[in-house]
This record gives sequence, C-alpha cells and structure tokens, in this order.
Amino acid sequence: MTDLPEATQRKMGLVIDLDTCVGCHACVVSCKGWNTENYGAPLSDQDPYGADPSGTFLNRVHSYEVQPESGAAQLVHFPKSCLHCEDAPCVTVCPTGASYKRVEDGIVLVNESDCIGCGLCAWACPYGAREMDAAEGVMKKCTLCVDRIYNENLPEVDRVPACVRTCPAGARHFGDLGDPQSDVSRLVEARGGMDLMPEQGTKPVNKYLPPRPKDRTEPVGPGEIDILAPLLKPVAEEPRGFVGWLDKMLEKI
Amino acid sequence: MHPAPSVIVFTTLSGLGFGLLFWLGLGMPASEGWVAAVFFAIAFALSVGGLLASTFHLGHPERAVKAFSQWRSSWLSREGICAVAALSVMGLYAALVVLFGVRLSVLGWLGAALSAGTVFTTSMIYAQLRTVPRWNTALTPALFLALSLGGGALLAGQVSLAPWFLTAAAALQVAWWVRGDKALLQSGTDMASATGLGEIGTVRAFEPPHTGNNYLLREFVHVVGRKHAVKLRAIALSLGYMVPVLVLVLPFSHLMALLAVIAHVAGVAASRWLFFAEAEHVVGLYYGKR
Ligand code: SF4
Ligand code: SF4
Repeated sequence: MTDLPEATQRKMGLVIDLDTCVGCHACVVSCKGWNTENYGAPLSDQDPYGADPSGTFLNRVHSYEVQPESGAAQLVHFPKSCLHCEDAPCVTVCPTGASYKRVEDGIVLVNESDCIGCGLCAWACPYGAREMDAAEGVMKKCTLCVDRIYNENLPEVDRVPACVRTCPAGARHFGDLGDPQSDVSRLVEARGGMDLMPEQGTKPVNKYLPPRPKDRTEPVGPGEIDILAPLLKPVAEEPRGFVGWLDKMLEKI
Repeated sequence: MHPAPSVIVFTTLSGLGFGLLFWLGLGMPASEGWVAAVFFAIAFALSVGGLLASTFHLGHPERAVKAFSQWRSSWLSREGICAVAALSVMGLYAALVVLFGVRLSVLGWLGAALSAGTVFTTSMIYAQLRTVPRWNTALTPALFLALSLGGGALLAGQVSLAPWFLTAAAALQVAWWVRGDKALLQSGTDMASATGLGEIGTVRAFEPPHTGNNYLLREFVHVVGRKHAVKLRAIALSLGYMVPVLVLVLPFSHLMALLAVIAHVAGVAASRWLFFAEAEHVVGLYYGKR
C-alpha cells in the first residue's frame, strides 16, 4: 500500500554541507556508477556521444550565485538527490503501490516490477528527485544505496552510500536523523541544518548545512591600517647585489 | 509542464464522453432504439477512446491493471476504478435500454454519479499537486466538472441546460486563469526557499548540473510565450464557450449544432493545452527557469 507509515523506526538520510562542497561532481559519477550496475534497472543514457546527450541520474549538482546586500557574491555548489521525505507526496500518489516508504529505516523506494511508468510520482516531488528512465520506462530514484549500507560482503568502511564514500571534500554525511544523539543529528544541530522548500510540507529527512559567511576584503579607508599590507609589499623595490649591478650596466649601454 | 498530446486528448475527449454519459444516465434525453444506440456509442467512443489515449504515455501499459490497487491514497487509482465502474454500469444500462427497451432509472442515476465521479477524480490528480501551484486549487475540479457537464449537455442536445453550464464553465475558466497567473508567486515557493540560500542574499542559477537536456527539463520546464498564451486563451474562450452558447440560443439546426460541438472540442483542447503548457512546476526553480 502506498499509504505512508505512521512513523519509521529510523530516519536514515544524508546531511549535505554546502560550505564544503566544491562542486566536483564526484558524487554524481559514483552514484551513476554504483546504481547502474546494482539495484534495479540500469541508469540509461540516450545519444551519449551524439549531439544531444541525456541520461538518468539520481543525484545532480547545481551551482548558484548568491549576492548579499553588500559585498562580493558567493558561489554555492548544491548537490540534490531524493530527500527521503517523511510526508513523501511521491508515495501517496502512486496508483500501483510501486512507490513505498520503508518502516524500518524510512528509505523511499520504487518496486520496479510494479511500476507502470505513469510519472505521477515525479510530478508530485517538488525537488526533481525522480527521473523516468527512457530505456526501461520505469521510475528511478535514489535508494540511499540500500544495497551497500547493509551489505555484509563489503568492508565496513564501504557500507555508506556511494556518494558519501566518494566525496573528496567530506561534504556528505550519512546516518540516522531520527536519533538526536547520532553524529549527523549533532552536526545538523551545531550548524543550523535546514530543510529545502519547507512550505511544501514534505518534511525532508535529508538536511542541508548552510554555507558559512565568507571572508570579506573590505576596502581600506584613509588612516586605517590594512593588516595584510606588510605581507603584500613588494619584496625588493630596488634591485641590489649582482642583479643591481647588471641592471645599472644594462641601463648604461 | 510538458503538454503531452496523449494527455490532452485523454482529458478533452473523456471529459466530454463522461459528461454525455452523465446526462444519458439521467435519461436526458430518454431516447430509445437506434437514437439511443447512437448516443451511447458516441459517449462510449469518447470516454473509452480518451482512456486508451491516456495509456499511451505509460512506460509499462501491460501492468496497468496494478493501478487499481491503491485507491486508499492515490487519486489516479481512484480515477481508474471510477472509470471502469462508470463504464460497466452505463454499459449495462445502455444494453437494457437499447436491446430490451427497459430503462432502470436507479442504474442510470448510479452510472451518472460514477461518470461525474470519474471527471472529479481526474481533476483531483492535478488539483492535489502542491508542486504545481496553478493546479493546486478547488477551482480545478470545479472547472473540469462544469466543462464536462456543459459539453455533455451540448452533445446530449440539452438546449436549455447547456448554455447555463457552459456560461458557468466560462466564468470558472476565467477565474482559474486569473488565480493561476498569481499562483506560483503566492505559493511561497521560490528560489530562496528551494535552495535555502535566501538568508544570504539573492539567489541566481549560475550553472545547471548538466549541459544537455534531461527528463526533468523535458517534463516540467515548459515556458510559453506570454503573447502566445493570451491568443490561445482568446481562442479557447471564444471557440469553447461563446460559439456553442450563441448557437444554442439561436434557432436549432443540425448543421449549426455540429458546428457548435466542433468549436467546443477545439476550444477545450486549446484550454487543456494551456492547462499543461502554462503550469509551472516548482522544480523549474532549481534551474532558475521561473
Ligand atoms: S525528495 Fe521527492 S522523491 Fe524523495 S521522498 Fe521527497 S518527494 Fe519523494
Ligand atoms: S511512475 Fe511508477 S512509481 Fe511513479 S507513480 Fe507511476 S507507477 Fe508509481
């Protein structure tokens, strides 16, 4: 049934640090790599080497420019995948029962053999987290690497989603956001983690950590001392020693 | 939203077909024999044809029967059940009327209610979506129902009732457009809430995640030129509503009635094209496309 569970035992999810993400897209690549080879239908590409390539991805990285009232604009890289919402509208609209939210860990999944490919769940998701695979005609979405995180064939260090494992900047964290004592919950608490589109009422489990304010290079007014000035001073104003002699000689010629 | 032809054909034709079934179920007109057979045939052709068209956009139509299972939460599932129930009940009713000359009024009323219910459930598939602020209003089911009953009355030859329903539908259509043009702004969802970065300053999409196209852009980000939209609205309003009402108040002729029906269908199709093409899905905000 695509009724949502009253409550889930755990709320597994991601915490994404917008301060540290460098926008390298490594998570996008590792996600596509893992998920095209494992759980469910592969993530197909259409016309991959042609003029109009497109394909199915479960994770994409946007980049935004944020212009404060004064001072320099800030560039923020913004990875986005399924947020495994508590009130997931994508689940309740599904006519077949293919979309469901698991009671044990809150992960939102699609049972691909039940999916008729109507696309309504993607319409209902405000975040663009679901994509219909053009080759298979079924709905694909982030599984939180359900085939990694409990997989005893993998070394323990690898039992996290592929994106988290691969992120070179350490901008992605995985854990139980339903447990206030978990590392991820404490991180959200400490950094003021936020929901995307809270007004949509989806109650996302994944949280985003806002970027910290960036250093400012204020212009220096008259009479003020620029503390960086001594460091930026030219090292040798007048050439001395051999270079100085050479300089003089060359001038004379 | 991408205005998929299959969905436009489906909502236009099946809306009309179920509207006609509604009036036939009420015994308006209470025709018999061949005349009744033709009326029912038109109604079934439109409603069933529309439903078939809607399966064209499915990735796996062969599994469509699974879609009847989730009526507890899903409007799409409810629509499927309602449609099958309406067609079965009205099929039985029609068979009794046409073949045996027996009119079971109660069965007809039930069929009429189920037919209207089908149109209502269809409209709720759209109206329930918070992600498309333009659709997310009680005006959506009101408009769909008024259009379906008005168009149905037109087809059923209910010369005295049809103008009222069509005029009401026209008023709802205009109200729906006026509200719709402000809907995204009033929904409170914007780039600031989508990215959570509004606290820092004004957010601008700097680079999309991919250089090519993708499913999300194809399906959800469709931008209609303002001038284009105004023209189409004028066409929808005049063909879909004004021409049929005018024809209905003029003295009756079969040719004019046919003209009214054709104008109505074209107008409704234009309105449905706009219904999808103008609808802004909030995911477009992530691409800075709103
Ligand atoms: S992010 Fe979208 S797909 Fe994921 S649970 Fe929320 S609504 Fe569903
Ligand atoms: S596309 Fe598949 S998972 Fe999504 S609503 Fe339709 S049947 Fe359910």
